[in-house]
Amino acid sequence: MPPTEKKALPAGQAPGLKFEKVVKRFGANAVLRELDFAVAPGERVTLIGPSGSGKTTILRLLMTLERPDGGLIWIGDDTLWHRERGGKRVPANQKHLHEMRKQVGMVFQQFNLFPNMSVLRNLTEAPVRVLGLSRDEAVERATSLLDLVGLADKADAHPTRLSGGQQQRVAIARALAMQPKVLLLDEVTSALDPELVVGVQDLLRDIARESDLTLLCVTHEMRFARDISDRVLMFDQGQIVEQGPPDQIFNEPTEQRTRDFLQAVLAT
Amino acid sequence: MSDVLDAYPQLLRGAWTTVQLTVYGSVLALVLALVFGLAGTARSAWVRAVGRVYVEFFRGMATLVLMYWFFYALPLVGFRFTPMAAAVLSLGLNIGAYGAEVVRGAVRAVPKAQYEATVALNFTPVQRMRRVILPQAVALMLPPFGNLVIELMKGSAVVSLITIGDLTFRAKQIQNATGETLWTYVAILLIYFVIAQALQSLVRLAERRVDRMLGRRAEAT
Repeated sequence: MPPTEKKALPAGQAPGLKFEKVVKRFGANAVLRELDFAVAPGERVTLIGPSGSGKTTILRLLMTLERPDGGLIWIGDDTLWHRERGGKRVPANQKHLHEMRKQVGMVFQQFNLFPNMSVLRNLTEAPVRVLGLSRDEAVERATSLLDLVGLADKADAHPTRLSGGQQQRVAIARALAMQPKVLLLDEVTSALDPELVVGVQDLLRDIARESDLTLLCVTHEMRFARDISDRVLMFDQGQIVEQGPPDQIFNEPTEQRTRDFLQAVLAT
Repeated sequence: MSDVLDAYPQLLRGAWTTVQLTVYGSVLALVLALVFGLAGTARSAWVRAVGRVYVEFFRGMATLVLMYWFFYALPLVGFRFTPMAAAVLSLGLNIGAYGAEVVRGAVRAVPKAQYEATVALNFTPVQRMRRVILPQAVALMLPPFGNLVIELMKGSAVVSLITIGDLTFRAKQIQNATGETLWTYVAILLIYFVIAQALQSLVRLAERRVDRMLGRRAEAT
């Protein structure tokens, strides 16, 4: 990655993450049961495991798209869903959530670009409205990010006119435009045509290596997980079954459930 | 027939009044539809209830009855309205109730993923609605809004009953004066039709604009 493009990436100390006895239920179904785990500042962690094991729920809790039913979620030294008031811990209000969300960005499986805006506007709208950047600053930031994802020529295009791979690149740039310190990737290549997957994965791998972001990634692509992560967590039924560096998890898994899962995934 | 044609200044005056009623009534209806329709999508149950009450109350009420209230009944307790104000209020309140349901439905029909993206980008609740959800919902609102505006225009014919000189009122005058029942009503039938077509083309124009904004139509090459 050329140095000019690198400066488009968010920089600065990233916070760590910590889940403390986190419970999440959907109706009678407990997806997470007193889940404990931590991510170090700047660490890149991938969550793998069968569907319905709670991986995506973890990302959605961190993005405040779901509310936990119990436990604490820490981003750096602050609790996400609780704030201090008079020495006591009370549920977070909108203001607290708004403050906490400043550190977190997310890329979705289905891109979720805004169809009522051009590509450039998708990248500038939130920096202008939320971060208070001037239009010019936001355009400058957006342009260098579009450069970074290889879509500088698509700034004025309409998002629906782009291929899935291009849309996802725009979505990545849009998330980075908010200069998050924590980036959440939710099965970001699952909706892409096979020939577009590698390009997006390589882009994310470069971003992960060049930035100081704390990265939390849910994927079914084992090559990508191996490429991008410092550590892999194997999930099943809302619990961590096994964890370790990618080499260990993919080459010498100790748990039978991990072995079964990897075999099933790699067979396809 | 020629008697009817000779009375064309009266017909034009009446048509102009009908157009004015339609425009004022539609503007009021649109404002009410947005306010109470958005209330219907609020998180607070109280705010939603306010939206509900407005819709149920004014949707179930005949425009003519409302108009009689504004024109005959409310003055008895001290609220006086000009005939035009009474007419615009009744039409606007009635059609606004239907419009509120349109707004509510359209906002709810915008994919949840769009809302989630606005949260991920840390927009405030007002910005989410104003910058992302509402612009997309407008595309869904326009066709039913077009129907409602035409509905309002046609419904405005009842204002002749509180002495407003709209198209129907003038027609009755002409019919009285000339005895040309058939041709008088043929004439206003056509004029109503023309006004409706004009409104319809305005709505289509707006639909095309919104479609282009949402990338649903190929840009002109």
